[in-house]
Amino acid sequence: MIVYGRKTCTNQSQQNIFERMCPICYATFDMGCISNINILKLSKMEEYILIFRHQDGSKVASPEQIQAWMKQTMNWIGGIAAQNKFVSGTGLPFDDAKVVHHNNIVTNGPFGEIKETIGGYIMVKADSVDEAVEFAKGCPVLQGEGNTVEVRKIAKGDGIH
Amino acid sequence: MKQQELIPHLFRTEFRKITAVLCKLFGIEHIEVAEDIVSETFLTAVETWPYKGIPENPVAWLYAVAKNKTKNHINRNRLFADKVIPQIAQTGTDDVEIDLSEKNIADSQLQMLFAICHPSISTEAQICLALRILCGFGIDEIADAFLSNKDTINKRLFRAKEKLRNEKIAIEFPAEAEVNNRLETVLLTLYLLYNEGYYSESRDVVLREELCFEAIRLTGLLIDYDKTNLPDANALLALMCFHASRFPARKDQNGEIVLYQQQDENLWDQHLIGKGAYHLHQASQGGRLSKYHLEATIAWWHTQKADTPEKWESILQLYNKLLQIAWSPIAALNRTFALAKANGKPQAIVEAEKLQLNNNHYYFVLLGELYTGIDNQRAKANFELAYTLAKTQTDKQTIQNRIVLL
Repeated sequence: MIVYGRKTCTNQSQQNIFERMCPICYATFDMGCISNINILKLSKMEEYILIFRHQDGSKVASPEQIQAWMKQTMNWIGGIAAQNKFVSGTGLPFDDAKVVHHNNIVTNGPFGEIKETIGGYIMVKADSVDEAVEFAKGCPVLQGEGNTVEVRKIAKGDGIH
Repeated sequence: MKQQELIPHLFRTEFRKITAVLCKLFGIEHIEVAEDIVSETFLTAVETWPYKGIPENPVAWLYAVAKNKTKNHINRNRLFADKVIPQIAQTGTDDVEIDLSEKNIADSQLQMLFAICHPSISTEAQICLALRILCGFGIDEIADAFLSNKDTINKRLFRAKEKLRNEKIAIEFPAEAEVNNRLETVLLTLYLLYNEGYYSESRDVVLREELCFEAIRLTGLLIDYDKTNLPDANALLALMCFHASRFPARKDQNGEIVLYQQQDENLWDQHLIGKGAYHLHQASQGGRLSKYHLEATIAWWHTQKADTPEKWESILQLYNKLLQIAWSPIAALNRTFALAKANGKPQAIVEAEKLQLNNNHYYFVLLGELYTGIDNQRAKANFELAYTLAKTQTDKQTIQNRIVLL
């Protein structure tokens, strides 16, 4: 497992204490702001990690293609974030990748005999694994044949899970 | 400015200045005394100006009266004098120096801002205190802003003041290491203050824009002080300037709101746009990307009236980032609007239907906008739902106008 442990952004919870309208709406669809400060309800949702598995990480894409994927990925993540269900996430560049083997043997890149590798992950909040799966279905990584997104629940760290 | 406008206007701008100076003089434990003296000063103005006329220099008049009231209070109230005077270092009882110079006012306010944003009290209480002490808000107005009632706010203010007293918080600049921690709350408070002015519940336009400019001035104090002249503060100031640049174009002669698309961009204040651009540039030194940076950059794009694909693609990506670090319903709605502009309405409708912000009338306004031209029946139904949920007359009117256009 590449991602270990659970990252919670305390900064975010601090900023979310008040959900307050920013003035920008006037500029976009121009209807004014909601001017009240509401206490955000604390969510009891589970967290899931969506792991992007690439069938062949050694494939090379054109800069234009990479840029198009980036846009799609950002829009996909933005759509999840707009529902307030995004927790964190990152891409994992293939450059400089190393694999440490048994007996501390180090090899370059994850691509030896097996070309499958992990290209990144995001963590989301969801009511159920089914909802997390629905998020995963929109992942642009799945446009590549043979690529998969693995959906896993994050352990709660409460000594039971 | 007419008298009935002048006193509320001065209350907005001067209440916090005098209160901050007096608080600093007395110590934060006597915050109520400072508030009382300043309130009495304004009461005197309300009582005498209608008969004697408005003084030539109303601000100087207020300062003079406040000084006198302070001296009288110190002399008269032995208990207070016994407690307070020993604390006013190196100052004799007969000649208490009340320094209402521009520099001391600026320093006192800034120090007060940091004292109020002390970590020993909750963020909510900090904002309440700031609105009360530094922005001269009435309890009613604070209660409105927090969707709460007067009792709750009074209790919250009381507890917060008690806490400041018990913790013996000094009105001074925090240590360097502490500045960053406190700055976050300070900026949030100023951001909320600006918002309060930007979206007026009432139709009192002059007064509300005044609040926005007060927020700009207070944020400017942070920029003038070396240790708080930091990227986030600059980004917040840029954000405020960009939005304020459209004030002259936002209202027509009758005080009705003019929507962005219909605004005459010749009325946009180029000086403020330039000032915003300067501070956004300052904000970009240091590699930080706070929510203020993102919002300011979005606001910069809105100073460009032309509807280019580049504009909306940039705005969409900025909202995508903003939502990852600071979700808010309006950011979610605006992001969906930008998505419609960048990638077309059908895609945006799918995303909008997932948001389910069902108690938010702007949500239905957005759905109405998105369905317009695609399914006008649905558009109308959504606008009507928005109309029912809208709370202010201005919002209802704007939605009504939109329905008529269908």
